[in-house]
Amino acid sequence: MSQEKIRKIRVGVASCGVAAGADAVLELLRSRAESIPVEGTGCLGHCYAEPMVEVLLDNGDSIFYRNVKAENGYIDNILSLGEKDRFEVPPARKAKELIKVLALAGRIDPTRFEDYTENGGYEGLKRALSMTPADVVNEVKLSGLRGRGGGGFPTGTKWSFLAAKDAPEKILICNADEGDPGAFMDRSLMESVPHQVLEGMLIAAYATGATKLFIYCRAEYPMAICHLKIAINQIYEHKLNVINGRELEIIIKEGAGAFVCGEETALIASLEGQRGTPRFRPPFPTDSGWKGYPSMINNVETFGNVPLILREGAAAFAAIGTEGSKGTKLFALAGDLKNPGLVEVPMGTTLREIVFDIGGADPDKVKAVQTGGPSGGCIPVELFDTPVDYDSLKKLGAIMGSGGMIVIGKDRCMVETARYFLDFTHRESCGKCTFCRVGTTRMFETLERIVAGKGEMADLEFLEDIGPKIRMGSLCGLGQTAPNPVLATLRYYRHEYEAHVKDHQCEALQCSALVDMYLDKTNCIKCKLCVKTCPVGAISDDLVIDNEKCTRCNACKDVCPKKTIHRVKKGSIQ
Amino acid sequence: MDQKYAFLEKVGKEPSNLIKGLQAVQGAEGYVSDESIAAISEYFGIPAVEVEGVLSFYAQFKRVKPGKYKIAICDGTACHIKGSTQVGEWLSRELGIKSGETDARGHFSLETVACLGCCSLAPVMSVNGRVYGKLDRKSIVKILKEYENK
Ligand SMILES: Cc1cc2nc3c(=O)[nH]c(=O)nc-3n(C[C@H](O)[C@H](O)[C@H](O)COP(=O)(O)O)c2cc1C
Ligand code: SF4
Ligand code: SF4
Ligand code: FES
Ligand code: FES
Repeated sequence: MSQEKIRKIRVGVASCGVAAGADAVLELLRSRAESIPVEGTGCLGHCYAEPMVEVLLDNGDSIFYRNVKAENGYIDNILSLGEKDRFEVPPARKAKELIKVLALAGRIDPTRFEDYTENGGYEGLKRALSMTPADVVNEVKLSGLRGRGGGGFPTGTKWSFLAAKDAPEKILICNADEGDPGAFMDRSLMESVPHQVLEGMLIAAYATGATKLFIYCRAEYPMAICHLKIAINQIYEHKLNVINGRELEIIIKEGAGAFVCGEETALIASLEGQRGTPRFRPPFPTDSGWKGYPSMINNVETFGNVPLILREGAAAFAAIGTEGSKGTKLFALAGDLKNPGLVEVPMGTTLREIVFDIGGADPDKVKAVQTGGPSGGCIPVELFDTPVDYDSLKKLGAIMGSGGMIVIGKDRCMVETARYFLDFTHRESCGKCTFCRVGTTRMFETLERIVAGKGEMADLEFLEDIGPKIRMGSLCGLGQTAPNPVLATLRYYRHEYEAHVKDHQCEALQCSALVDMYLDKTNCIKCKLCVKTCPVGAISDDLVIDNEKCTRCNACKDVCPKKTIHRVKKGSIQ
Repeated sequence: MDQKYAFLEKVGKEPSNLIKGLQAVQGAEGYVSDESIAAISEYFGIPAVEVEGVLSFYAQFKRVKPGKYKIAICDGTACHIKGSTQVGEWLSRELGIKSGETDARGHFSLETVACLGCCSLAPVMSVNGRVYGKLDRKSIVKILKEYENK
């Protein structure tokens, strides 16, 4: 092999890289690479290949390595440009992805200001400052950008509301609460290219005349907060926050673990140091928000799109996507699939393309996908030709949401999935509206009964009846959308509910109350690993499982080398 | 105000910084004690009941002292689908405590959180902020051993 010289080495050390062990890889590479610079970078979105290392060669080429371990063997292989463990983007994924917003993610050191500016950073702001504020608002309107936080409200229109206000202070807020439990687009973007989000905010500040900038970030994202803080200091140093002769303050506030605080009015209450309880709208925040000042809230990814629009022009942006949904969208793909990760596709890409082509999920094993988290609904595999845009998903009883996409395999129970979401929402309800507080609790209790095999047919009717009432009787989006996961699963998987109720059967064999563990001795090699592993001592020395003692924890099933311990329908063992 | 809470001075006295103040206290002591509530109430000039009203709203704030090693089990959607319920049960059994509790010697505490942002490595948990992914029973036992004698 002709030995090219190595110019630089990059290791992906965003949160999920670190969770996979990338920090140790970085350290070892640094100590081994001698004069070659080794730097940390953000996230390339290929979580399944983490920790990932990129070797940049003198001739401009790059070689990627996947699933690297902090062991000398792996490092030797990399430093000698070995063929082992090389990584290439799977061709099916490459063909469908369109990387715009994430163009610099995993390509720069997020803590270095120059890395951003040398790659087109702050050119959007520069162009904006050469235009009138009204023209900037118009440019964003023309781009067709819609809010990425879930609602899909036209961003330019929202900006025009704030711009029209005349007030001593106007407040701009970046919603970085990322409350959907199973979504990580905003985290990745803030960790990997913090300046891009901040550039979007500065452009918005110029366009709307905002005077104070807040970022409300969930506390579970320490690295995102750290990178934002570094970036804000760099902005101050370079005086990029001086807009229209006024020095703008950029303040990071950490959330404190309440899902409802992602809702605009609750978020503002939380920013004011109060309980994060939503309030009735109107007045809308753009009329009266933080401490009564006109305030505008946009999502992280929304702001992340803005520099592109200003740099490349509204027309280029609007050329991507569908009639009603422009540009690209980030999705956090996780669950039952081969290649989970962060993906970026043009609006209008079908679920089939995202889940199967990009995510590498096995078409024979997928049952559904959940979009929009606890506010969303499931979409069965039969409908995977649906294009992903705001309007198509709404028609299916699901929502685009902020971009969390959880693939649900055939071996998962949809009733249990619905129970999980209601467990979440009933605990997160702020309690202000009776329908939300009591209604979600009653839904949750009903679902608990059904998965325990104690449900009745009347329970299904009750769920269908109360769902729309909770929708109607709730003040904020939490309550209004909380019944969605139940109503959607009832719509597409009613037979699973009925099987739980009528036959006390969980088709997916997931609901533990309806399952026994069975050790099939025909293939057993009597290694007794199961006996040793069982945490409650439920497996006897002669290899019979005592289902009275057993907690259905699966430890024995997982440890068995012959895969001969099974979950079976309760009472089916003679 | 107790000298112990002098660091509150850095937070800023406006009432809108109350949550930040609570976060500072929890950052320093690991939880929010009755004593620190009194200090916060005095510093911000907000009645103690109101301070409690705000802090009880937010899941982040702990009123009991956590262990030296804080284990957070993720029960976000991706982790739930991938078996976080079992992860929780195994951890509870190994440690002899339930979610929300601290063990008798104050070494481990256990809590359940929604999404640590590493969903693609589900199921995950974190120990004092360090995230561990793709958990199974074996790796959990190994991780606990690592921290057992630290
Ligand atoms: C219960 C609830 C939780 C929400 N959580 C978030 C969130 O975590 N992040 C976010 O950007 N928007 C969230 N939203 C939507 C916001 O209220 C708001 O619509 C959005 O931040 C506006 O920004 P956009 O127009 O750029 O999308 C949530 C809404 C509700 C009702
Ligand atoms: S709908 Fe639920 S979360 Fe929203 S304000 Fe009402 S009670 Fe609170
Ligand atoms: S682990 Fe499997 S093969 Fe081994 S004794 Fe148990 S059932 Fe038999
Ligand atoms: S590679 Fe960054 S989100 Fe996983
Ligand atoms: S669901 Fe567990 S890390 Fe996101």
